[in-house]
Amino acid sequence: MGNNDQPVVRMSSITKRFLDVTANKDVSFDLYPGEICALLGENGAGKTTLMNILFGYYTCDAGEIFIKDEKVDLAAPKDAISRGVGMIHQHFALVPSQTVLENIIVGTASRRGIFLDLKSARQALLELQERFGLQIDPDARVWTLSVGEQQKVEILKALYRDVDILIMDEPTAVLAPAETADLFNTLQSLVKEGRSVVFISHKLNEVMDISDRIVVLRGGQVVAERKTSETSARELANLMVGRELLESIEKKELAPGEPVLNIKNLNVLNDKKLAALMDLNLIVRQNEILGMAGISGNGQTELSEVLFGMRSPTGGAIQINDRLLNFGSPTASIKSHMGRIPEDRIDTGLLMDLSVEENLILENHSSAEFQFCGLMKSQRIHQFSEDLIKAYKIKTAGRDAATKSLSGGNLQKVMLARELAGEPSLIIASQPTRGLDVGAMEYIHQRIVKERERGAGILLISDDLDEIFALSDRIVVLYEGKILGEAPGATASREQIGLWMSGVKA
Amino acid sequence: MIRFRIIKRKPLPGWAKIVIPIAAILATLILSAIPILLAGGHLWKSYFYLFHGALGTRYNLLETFVKASPLLLTGLAVAFAFRAKFWNIGAEGQLLAGALTATVLGVNLGGIPSILVLPIVIIAGFLAGGLWASIPALLKTKLKVDDVVSTLLLNYVMIHIMGALLFGPLQQPGSSWPRSSAIVKAACYPILMPRSRFHMGIIISFVAMLIIWFINKKTTFGYQAKAVGFNIRAAHFGGINTTSVILWTALISGGLAGLAGVGELCALQYRLIMDISPGYGYSGIVIAMLGNLHPVGVLFSSLFFSVIIVGAQTMSRMTGVPTYIAEVIQGMALMVMLIFLLFTEFKIKVLRK
Amino acid sequence: MMAEFLDLAFISGLIGATMRMATPIIFAALGEILSERAGVLNLGIEGIMLMGAMTGFLFTYSTGSIWFGVFAAACMGMLLGLLMALLSVNLGLSQHVSGLGITLFATGLAMFIYRLHFGSPTVPPIIQPFKQVALPVLSKIPVIGPGLFTQYTLTYIAWLLVPALSILLYKTTIGLKIRTVGENPVVADTVGVNVTLTRTLCLVAGGALMGIGGAFLTLAHQNMFLIDVIGGRGWVAIAMVIFGNWNPFKATIGALIFGFLDGLQLRLQSVGLVLSFHLFLMIPYLLTIIALIGVSRRAAVPAGLLKPYRREEKGG
Repeated sequence: MGNNDQPVVRMSSITKRFLDVTANKDVSFDLYPGEICALLGENGAGKTTLMNILFGYYTCDAGEIFIKDEKVDLAAPKDAISRGVGMIHQHFALVPSQTVLENIIVGTASRRGIFLDLKSARQALLELQERFGLQIDPDARVWTLSVGEQQKVEILKALYRDVDILIMDEPTAVLAPAETADLFNTLQSLVKEGRSVVFISHKLNEVMDISDRIVVLRGGQVVAERKTSETSARELANLMVGRELLESIEKKELAPGEPVLNIKNLNVLNDKKLAALMDLNLIVRQNEILGMAGISGNGQTELSEVLFGMRSPTGGAIQINDRLLNFGSPTASIKSHMGRIPEDRIDTGLLMDLSVEENLILENHSSAEFQFCGLMKSQRIHQFSEDLIKAYKIKTAGRDAATKSLSGGNLQKVMLARELAGEPSLIIASQPTRGLDVGAMEYIHQRIVKERERGAGILLISDDLDEIFALSDRIVVLYEGKILGEAPGATASREQIGLWMSGVKA
Repeated sequence: MIRFRIIKRKPLPGWAKIVIPIAAILATLILSAIPILLAGGHLWKSYFYLFHGALGTRYNLLETFVKASPLLLTGLAVAFAFRAKFWNIGAEGQLLAGALTATVLGVNLGGIPSILVLPIVIIAGFLAGGLWASIPALLKTKLKVDDVVSTLLLNYVMIHIMGALLFGPLQQPGSSWPRSSAIVKAACYPILMPRSRFHMGIIISFVAMLIIWFINKKTTFGYQAKAVGFNIRAAHFGGINTTSVILWTALISGGLAGLAGVGELCALQYRLIMDISPGYGYSGIVIAMLGNLHPVGVLFSSLFFSVIIVGAQTMSRMTGVPTYIAEVIQGMALMVMLIFLLFTEFKIKVLRK
Repeated sequence: MMAEFLDLAFISGLIGATMRMATPIIFAALGEILSERAGVLNLGIEGIMLMGAMTGFLFTYSTGSIWFGVFAAACMGMLLGLLMALLSVNLGLSQHVSGLGITLFATGLAMFIYRLHFGSPTVPPIIQPFKQVALPVLSKIPVIGPGLFTQYTLTYIAWLLVPALSILLYKTTIGLKIRTVGENPVVADTVGVNVTLTRTLCLVAGGALMGIGGAFLTLAHQNMFLIDVIGGRGWVAIAMVIFGNWNPFKATIGALIFGFLDGLQLRLQSVGLVLSFHLFLMIPYLLTIIALIGVSRRAAVPAGLLKPYRREEKGG
């Protein structure tokens, strides 16, 4: 690799502060032509922020950036793009209602002046597709594409702009293993042409597989830089976390009891009116954590929405503690004694503008305990919320503090406190630790295990395999709306689960 | 090169909530100098007559309260609706619905015991406004029709219903003007202070303000409306019946506007005319925003507006500045307030490179 | 009675009135489409139209040049569009509230300036309005010719603007940028499109169209300025944008339906049909609401509408 060349990007002493958080502190980062450099770090380590600065999306508070030996002042992404820097964010920047071609050419010059030149743009796009083996119908509307295809559109969009420095933020998070392999091939062919790739990830194995060089960030600072050939996953793990990785969760041996959740032949449509779940059958028992693994977008969201009462199925039945669930009513779900942890805690789970207390009482504010003839019993409500804040160690300025002032981990604690306060017999936890730091993650995991010991049945929906393996008594894999396989948590192999996740039925 | 960017700031301390509206009002008054000078008015004289006309004499002061009453009610109506994100731009139509109903009853209720007449008129006026507002609420919740547009359009429907009735069945016999007969004596609001127009409706509007404050602060409904307003999806997820919350919000909101119509009819005009409201429903939107959707804030902003409206008449008489200056000041007040409120949450950051 | 309905002159006159009454709605709806396609709901439309009507009238009255009046109305619309952009785009205030604020402010200002300039005369001042222009040959087509092709120049311009806006939105690089900004400002920003500038320019250009739409009412439809001259036509235009799925041609169809009802109402009055004209005036508004019911299910609303865009909002 060309590590002896001049760096194509030099970022020196970059500092970036948000309101109370220093996201990057005196970070220096170099990128060389023809290499894949991995930026490794935990959630919140500052990887994405650093690259957003290189992409001109954020401006840094201090520091200098050189691209191709020229000192640059990046005020907006267009300044970065014009210097050959492209970035593919974790949430794709595509307009679903427009075609692939429109998404790719927007913002680029046309040979016909102000008029769109779709003909020659299409030609150029097809040539790129040929060259890099990224086959996508240019006239397809983006919303009809799979996540993997959308990522290809993003890569084509960057290549169409002749980007030679490509930043990819967690590109494999949404991909099945087979798609990941495809992506890696594409990246290899890019660097062979002398382009450079920055690969942001927190997944050690992938980083070891694909990168030439690894820069580890922790707490907004660079803690190490290694050649991939000279390091190991174990060393990286320690660097990344700053201590021994992977809490070992102690789980008591408990025999599963009566079924608390019994899903029979459930059929659900997604927002596009396509089948999201097909004849799904599932049982969760007392004292049991059922881990549902799978790549996002295979029906997990729709399943949890049906259970939460936010979506009505087209067929099937759900039995909770011997009673049939009334579909399409959140109230019915709450009354069925279900603890509901939605994957989207900020938009669905919590009222960010209201106080912590107002969030804690959301589901039982109209119970006789907290109101009389429509008047709120404020004394009791205060007591209730003070107790929960203490019990769950929620870090907040007080029960009256605005919920949006809390950190991600504490938001999830508010969520848990509210949902578990009534000691539910069934808990649906959808991506319960997504985006949280290690400390908060451990807390949530311990809490879930504690609920299991109390006697609750837990359906854990997660795309984080480590989490699934750490907690589950039983693992099922959801693929394209169906359960593709099931294995006991203690003896399941990662390879087997991984194959099922990519749709290979062995 | 200097660039500006708007970024979030740390929350301001509590006193800002009081200081900022006052600063906004002062800024508005300063900015009002522009239209006054454009109109060739003498600046200090104009300001003097503006305030003297509104507050300077007993009669004028009471007149300011008379003017504030409908503004307070429509302001509360809009604030209550906006708090639940029911975009009720239709307070004008709901006001007219209230006035229309009060007219029909007020003209014809001569036969029943007079003690009953006024309560019936008031309740019916409230219900008429509320029901008129529940149409767009139903359209919004059941058929997903945009509430901004439907409430706006329904204002014009109500104006034309009123017009059709005033040129038809409600027209005063023998009159060629679009006006109704006078309401019976028992349907008139009592005047509470001699030698003035200080009427019972003013008390009603203040009581309404206290009731709305109480609902917002102390009741489960107030809590639910707030939750629906900030995040309807999370409120739904939490088991709140969002449809019912929006419908009840509309009913109360429209009812308050309807009361404003009843007041204008039964305390000031005594008969329905096309010009019964000089746009109180629209002013209510500004007042609600200016009061930050809080009942007490709405009270102060409605008083501020009535000072401007009443004072502008004296100012116009004495300095020749057209009375429409009041509307200009109202519009400016809203924009200044919005900008001031913005900077309680954000600040401008200057980036130098 | 029936004979009068079937009278050719009546039909021809009705076609002409439909076109005439639809013109201000078309102008305003096109302006609103441009704004909303860029992601900004401009509720200032009613006030901007009123200011346009007043400014157009005032400048025509003062200078005697009717085209100068149209130009002034467009400039005033641009100015208010710029104010809307300042509030809702640059400062990122709620689009609902900024728009309503502008309508209220502009309404007060229009009346204030008018009163300032003309005082309170007993007979309202009038101007010499636009004359209708008969297009050669076309206007001689029987039945429809006189109605369609003996129109005001502004009406012809409105008709040309419909395909022009359509081409701008769907066939040009600028249009693709505008639509992308309206669908998802983040996408636009990451491909180097200046979101703030695009939205501002769309609001300014849209404001010009709204201003001209308002001026049509005082310079062609009538020859004087009355306070209720707009009479909710701005709101109707917004409804037509929704009705027309943010498409210039479909919104124009909506405007024509409104124009037809408005025109029919005037015609029926003129042939002495005994029916409360207020009930008739109500019909277009009611029909618009009913139309919105059907539309809401398939509404292709720009996904970025109502969302202020600020890049560096993260972290806190």
